[in-house]
Amino acid sequence: MNRLLKLMRLTKHKEERSLHPFWVLVGKEIADHIRSWRFIILLLLILLTCVGSLYTSISNITKAVAKPDDPDGGFLFLKLFTLSDGSLPPFHVFIGFLGPLLGISLGFDAINSEQNAGTLSRVMAQPIHRDYLLNAKFTGALLVISTLFFALGFLVMGLGLIIIGIPPSAQEFMRIIFFIVLSILYVAFWLNLSILFSVKFQQAATSALTAIAVWLFFTVFYQIIISVVAKAMMPADTGNPYQMMSYQKFIMGLLSIVPSQLYSDATTTLLMPSVRSLGPLTMEQVYGAIPSPLPLRESLIIVWPQLTGLIAATVLCFALSYYTFMRKEIKSR
Amino acid sequence: MSQHIIELEGLTKQYGTLTAVNNLDLTINKGEIYGLLGPNGAGKSTTIRMMLGLTEPSAGTVKVCGIDSTVNPIEVKRRVGYLPDNVGFYDNRTGLENLLFIARLNRATDAEAHARATELLARVGLADAANKKAGAYSRGMRQRLGLADVLIKKPEVIILDEPTLGIDPSGVREFLHLIVQLSREEGLTVLLSSHHLHQVQQVCDRVGIFVGGQLLANGDIPTLAKQLFTGDAFIIEVGVDFAQPDLAEAQKQQLQQTLEGIAGVSSVQIAGGRFRLGCAADITALIARTIVKAKVDLTYLSKKEYGLDDIYQRYFEGEQVYEQIA
Repeated sequence: MNRLLKLMRLTKHKEERSLHPFWVLVGKEIADHIRSWRFIILLLLILLTCVGSLYTSISNITKAVAKPDDPDGGFLFLKLFTLSDGSLPPFHVFIGFLGPLLGISLGFDAINSEQNAGTLSRVMAQPIHRDYLLNAKFTGALLVISTLFFALGFLVMGLGLIIIGIPPSAQEFMRIIFFIVLSILYVAFWLNLSILFSVKFQQAATSALTAIAVWLFFTVFYQIIISVVAKAMMPADTGNPYQMMSYQKFIMGLLSIVPSQLYSDATTTLLMPSVRSLGPLTMEQVYGAIPSPLPLRESLIIVWPQLTGLIAATVLCFALSYYTFMRKEIKSR
Repeated sequence: MSQHIIELEGLTKQYGTLTAVNNLDLTINKGEIYGLLGPNGAGKSTTIRMMLGLTEPSAGTVKVCGIDSTVNPIEVKRRVGYLPDNVGFYDNRTGLENLLFIARLNRATDAEAHARATELLARVGLADAANKKAGAYSRGMRQRLGLADVLIKKPEVIILDEPTLGIDPSGVREFLHLIVQLSREEGLTVLLSSHHLHQVQQVCDRVGIFVGGQLLANGDIPTLAKQLFTGDAFIIEVGVDFAQPDLAEAQKQQLQQTLEGIAGVSSVQIAGGRFRLGCAADITALIARTIVKAKVDLTYLSKKEYGLDDIYQRYFEGEQVYEQIA
């Protein structure tokens, strides 16, 4: 009843309505991010690489058009995001590389900086639920990332449209949208991981270094370990095909633990419609197949495991940091 | 509605094997200024955090404004303003922005928040610094901003944890004066924690002495003195000089008997050539007269009243000091 009354009062004086505390916190987070130097620097870096990769793809696009037997030939617009002459990686690889850095930089000091500045206990003394703060940290950063990526994606599309003069088809447009959503999801994973570290570790430097260490481990060392394992387990040349298959599957399984692998698999499939499978294919499966692009739905079905894997990893990190934060004792400084 | 605005019953907090707060019972009345006095690590901050529901008690109940802090911390935090020790502000925002942020978290509309923030900044003497970055504030200014920050939600109770830490003496006086003034004008209940007894003595209506997680004494300062030093509210120290050194011992005995005979003197002890007399009332003049009448030279006379200092000393720094006389 009280609520209803409040609601009525609120609707009566619409211009006087106060913002829900959660959105106040989110607003503060967003303001903090876009005013911070580290975000501006990363933004410049991403813009620069974006322009660079756009430049290489546009300067090479004429060669790509000339290839008559390319199954992706019909998707000229998508080539803006994937084409490269080898001197500079294409756009999606850049995002795969810089995305984690962006996520980590937005989250690594989320909670511990508030704790060290003594503002955590001040905010917690206000009539808000404790999880608002953590959720607001995540939501704020996610909104910033989403805005950034959508802006970048549309910027590339717009520039490409002006320069090459060919509009994207509806399918291409949808593929790009899915690619952007996937990129946001990927960055969200790293964001959550770094928020988890910021709850766990008292010092911002420790949490930043730990997050970067995890990132480096997965991008550099994990691959090395996998190749060592792969070499040791390689079946003999004369091994039967089933053994060969299970070996391949095992190695693929090991690789798919890595978030960056999930991301690059998924983006490749989305941006190159001719990719039919991410695993090994037998001759029977390939036999008779016409090398033609897949419709969007099929591509999405192929990347579904990757997508759910990324979401699961993100949710897991968030759940862990949520649990830790709720149990944490709020001390002043 | 009872007059008790804060009620703690059997409150206990354990960290592993360490008991930070041990079976604490405390009630604080509406409108009073209560001082929680104790050395560092006595469990003052833990108690305060439990009052706000920031820390869960291991046992016992906390009720603030009749609401259980453990069960419904949001409602409690709506009514209670809390200034943590070492309060922090967003250094890259101005003082005004910091206040507005907290006001909005308390669901104030923009216009309301702005009006109240400006008024409070003027009140605590920061009107000129309102648009300066909080990072550029001095220690004293930060504490005053903290006070404004606490008041912006129009609380019924304010809890200040070590509010005067690190401010210079004149700043402390000003700050405490401000607290008293605000409390009297707006009918606020104030709970002040400190290890600095003089400040507590200056402003508090009642004081609780809190050591090792336990409330050792509770009440206004005269009551505390009475509670702790049964009977002997005054100690008078007398130094005498005997004319004939060879007869000194006998004369000393005699003088002691004479002094013990005075009505109101409850004990006489000799320590280092001086007499220490425990008295229930201030009878310094009578003692001096008696000594002079006994034809002994009076060389030293000092009256000692029990202040919070002595109480403090007695509890925090061991009891040897007054064992001789008690």
